[in-house]
Amino acid sequence: MAPRAELVHWAFAAGFLLLGLILLAEAIVGSDVFGKRRWRAYLWPSLAFALGVLLWPVAVFFTSSTLHMLAHASWAEVAMLAGAIQLALVRGKLTSRWWALSLSFTLVVSGLAFLLHEQNPWLFSRAAFLHHAIGWTLLVAALFPLGQALRPRQLVWRAGFAMTWVVLAMLLFCDRDVAPIFGHLSDLAGGPASP
Amino acid sequence: MKIVPGCARVPTPGKLGVPTDQGPEEAAVSSEFVGPLERGAERQRTSRRSVRMLVVESLGPLTVLGGAVWAVAQPYRIVFLERAGKGFYDYLVQPPLLVIAVGLVFALGIAPGIVEDMRSDGGPEG
Repeated sequence: MAPRAELVHWAFAAGFLLLGLILLAEAIVGSDVFGKRRWRAYLWPSLAFALGVLLWPVAVFFTSSTLHMLAHASWAEVAMLAGAIQLALVRGKLTSRWWALSLSFTLVVSGLAFLLHEQNPWLFSRAAFLHHAIGWTLLVAALFPLGQALRPRQLVWRAGFAMTWVVLAMLLFCDRDVAPIFGHLSDLAGGPASP
Repeated sequence: MKIVPGCARVPTPGKLGVPTDQGPEEAAVSSEFVGPLERGAERQRTSRRSVRMLVVESLGPLTVLGGAVWAVAQPYRIVFLERAGKGFYDYLVQPPLLVIAVGLVFALGIAPGIVEDMRSDGGPEG
């Protein structure tokens, strides 16, 4: 029996929070110090790749609609792709700074998937609202890796990219399968979960 | 090359005691004027490094604190406190406890190494 969708969202939120903290630490201390221990340099790309792998069971078991399945599968693909590219960069197989754009691509695909697979209006329920909020957050956050590619030394891009995952974690932790948002819950959404 | 009046015309060792390849006049200027500036810049760098270390050390505890505050604010999110009608997955995924766990993993597993590396990178005074 599959867990409720909100439980899956919370589990992924924990992963994204850890990812955000790691990236934030790297942004604060700089890549040189952060990469002094090799395992640490591999940490966040591995975590991103692992989150992509873990999205596959979600794509397989949460098939409430074709759009949901396609959205989850596309996230799994782009997360694994981003993780793999970052692993190759750490390993030295790839060297160009323009590979940072792959993260922008990942965020744009993820943001669009969040927006497109949520077929309900903004204020239908909390889940609908959060899907829209997350989608737009990710689309805006796609600017951070772009900035990293253009000006790799500037802290704001790294910190912004790191904070994106912390914010995403917070939004996912707020998610409930059925709950009101701003005091509004559509009659068609079903009764709020207890409590 | 301009000679500054009043400066001793003796070769001065550079940073870390290594003799510089500058002329004696430049070395004298360096010891009289640039030295204090360099020390000031070094103090500033050390101060910035200390702030960064503090921030990195705080990330984990702040996350744990956030999870604890959340647990107090919404105790029904913790299944151990409200067991009625809860299944296996509810026990596995309890948001405030997950946040606390993430904070602990970061504080105990990742942050100490980073701080240690910052200290070793910045010299004995950290």
